[in-house]
Amino acid sequence: MSDVARIEIEEFREEVRNWFTENKPQDPGFLLPETFMEVGTDEQFEFLRDWQRKVYEAGYIGISWPKDYGGGGRPQIFQDIATREMVTQRVPFMPNTIGLNWAGPLILKVGTEENKRKYIKNILSAEDIWCQGFSEPEAGSDLGNTRCSARRDGDDYIINGSKIWTSLGTYAKYMILLARTSKEKSSKYAGLSFFLAPMGVDGIDPEPIQKLTGEYGFCQTFFDDARIPADCLMGEEGDGWKTAMITLTFERGASGGQAGGTSMMELNAYDVLELARRVRRNGKLAIEDTYVREKLVSFLIEFRGNQLMSAREKVPGLTGDWPGAVSLSGKLRNTELRRRLTQFSLSLMGANAARFVSENSVDGGKWQRSYLNSFSATIGGGTSEIQHNIVGERVLGLPKD
Amino acid sequence: MKITLSDEQRLLLETAQSFFIDRCPIEQTRKNMSNGKFDQSLWQEMVELGWAGVNIPEEFGGLGLGIESLVPIVESMGRFVVGSPIKSTAVAAGLISSFGTYEQKSIYLPRIVKGEIASIGFIEENGAWDDGFVETVAELRDGGFSLTGKKCFVTDVDCSSLVLVSAKVKNETNIFIIETSEIPEGLVKREVVIDETVRSFQIDLNGLFIGENQVLGSGSNRLADLSSLLLNAAEMSGGVSGVLQLTVDYLKNRKAFDRLIGSYQSLKHPMVDILISSEALRSHLYYAANCLSSGPDKEAEIAIRMASASGSEAFAYASDRAIQFHGGFGFTYDCNAQLYMRRALWCQYQGGDQVYQKKLLETLLLD
Ligand SMILES: Cc1cc2nc3c(=O)[nH]c(=O)nc-3n(C[C@H](O)[C@H](O)[C@H](O)COP(=O)(O)OP(=O)(O)OC[C@H]3O[C@@H](n4cnc5c(N)ncnc54)[C@H](O)[C@@H]3O)c2cc1C
Repeated sequence: MSDVARIEIEEFREEVRNWFTENKPQDPGFLLPETFMEVGTDEQFEFLRDWQRKVYEAGYIGISWPKDYGGGGRPQIFQDIATREMVTQRVPFMPNTIGLNWAGPLILKVGTEENKRKYIKNILSAEDIWCQGFSEPEAGSDLGNTRCSARRDGDDYIINGSKIWTSLGTYAKYMILLARTSKEKSSKYAGLSFFLAPMGVDGIDPEPIQKLTGEYGFCQTFFDDARIPADCLMGEEGDGWKTAMITLTFERGASGGQAGGTSMMELNAYDVLELARRVRRNGKLAIEDTYVREKLVSFLIEFRGNQLMSAREKVPGLTGDWPGAVSLSGKLRNTELRRRLTQFSLSLMGANAARFVSENSVDGGKWQRSYLNSFSATIGGGTSEIQHNIVGERVLGLPKD
Repeated sequence: MKITLSDEQRLLLETAQSFFIDRCPIEQTRKNMSNGKFDQSLWQEMVELGWAGVNIPEEFGGLGLGIESLVPIVESMGRFVVGSPIKSTAVAAGLISSFGTYEQKSIYLPRIVKGEIASIGFIEENGAWDDGFVETVAELRDGGFSLTGKKCFVTDVDCSSLVLVSAKVKNETNIFIIETSEIPEGLVKREVVIDETVRSFQIDLNGLFIGENQVLGSGSNRLADLSSLLLNAAEMSGGVSGVLQLTVDYLKNRKAFDRLIGSYQSLKHPMVDILISSEALRSHLYYAANCLSSGPDKEAEIAIRMASASGSEAFAYASDRAIQFHGGFGFTYDCNAQLYMRRALWCQYQGGDQVYQKKLLETLLLD
């Protein structure tokens, strides 16, 4: 790296740090969702959308996306710095995650020039919220089992069936939709097609589903003879599986190109350590309990291991025997750690662990809610079991099951 | 938290990786194991590569790097469960370089660079890791130290010319340099240990009288602990990589019920967990190596103990599953899984197991 570049980067780091320090939003006075998969009320949504718009306008997301379409046109390292700062300063996450991190990079990679001009800028500004219509009641892990149908009729496709677990379904303007255009193909994957579908047409009805916490946050999206323009088709008819797989490489962080920003509230082992210093388990401060101390140390080691992995993987010579091991296991490692950490956090509180969101609970019940919500990420986006299969097969080269 | 690898370290890593692949197939290790002899020619080749003097200052003929630069070498060696005195020699060289007087350095270091082996004796019959429990005593009299006590798990001492031992002078644990030629015949006995690639001995120090100038500066015991622990973790990291590869290869070739056994999730998923633990361990390891390069301070201690705890846990699990996943063959002496399992037990219980490391980390991280 040249000295000029180094100086430019250092200046940028400083600038970003100052901007987030000055512009970090105040506590809104209501509980925020913990991930983009749990935006359940209008006030939560508006708050987060305003925040994303503000960050975009300041120039801190989409930094590496092309200028022509609304991005910053700068090297990836600037985005990495900005995102890192958002994590460090614990600012709210970007609600339009599906647009920023999977639909957006997908469009930039395989979309037409017209797609890019139409969609990219509004993804960044949160003007257009995107959702994902992949899972169905009978097709989750086994996505190839998709049944929702799209039938060509003149200049339209007519969509029938339903998609489920649609995060942000009621707020979205567009959906990346996987649907079956033919039933007569050799394999179940061959008859699928991929659409950039508008949500605002007649016959599309997202119905909120109540989550295990009692809140809302995702939907079942019903399609009843919904007509969408034929030019919503991405790629060729019958090529949908391929496009869906490219989308998943973005979703799983296996390929770069995302717009940056965070998609969930930061929560790590140090937060639980801090909690242990101020709550009581069976009469004494949790941090004084031998069981708690032992577990905390293990969590701190695991958390640091995760952090160091990304650093080590970039060092020439230390990349390791198994290419892709670190990036492809990222979702599995981080989400499972979060689940176990929040589960453990409850054990610090003694009998008070049995409370839920209310004034009398430790931190208003945030930890109980966090534990229940942690499963959003160990299930959504491909379950941990499926992640194990992916890493075992793609990284270790073990045979498919 | 940054991890860096200098050009010299990268070169050492590349050289070591290909050296051990070519020079130390596991059959070779098995041969050494069965005849119990020291592999002199292997050691000689390592000396010629300059590895005996990696962490010895240039003015005494070494490469002038720190002990952390041994990490890539020891890690690469660990993959093939090679037994070698490089660890003890490097720890000893590091201690003399950091805590020796100028005179001690000029006497001992050039000899090590030329290939004279140094062994270390820190542990005793009580099996304690914490050097507070050292029972060996060094009493100052008549211009020298009179030693009483016994040391265990001293590796390759029969072919080394120096052995560094810990002993208490009043309440302080110090480290002493002994010429093995000073130890009377019959006081060194071979021990049976779980890792058969390791040649371990007990030394009876009772009655030994050594010069006043054979003690290292005070504080050397801390570096002794941390630097051995770092190399121990390096060996475990290599071991986990080796046993992971061994098991993955088996899972890709062995069939049961007309299917390759690697397709069964009850085998596949634990392999992924082992992969992840191996990646985490390597990250802790190289970060710890970076930290120690700026001295054995608190941050280095935290990083090294984390690497050690991760290593013990990862290696124990990986080698345990390796045996199980090889089925009946896994239960045989012929299957290499047992070599890794025995190495894992050796490393874990020599360095201080994960429970011990975590206990120390509690104080370092939580109080
Ligand atoms: C909070 C949340 C938000 C979501 N948001 C979206 C969204 O916006 N858009 C969208 O399309 N989808 C979304 N999903 C759906 C999600 O991708 C699916 O729930 C997930 O892929 C699992 O599918 P399923 O629910 O059908 O479970 P199933 O596939 O029925 O799985 C049930 C259990 O079986 C296990 N299992 C299944 N197959 C295997 C196998 N081959 N090997 C081992 N174990 C297996 C699973 O791991 C799981 O434990 C969301 C889910 C959640 C929880």
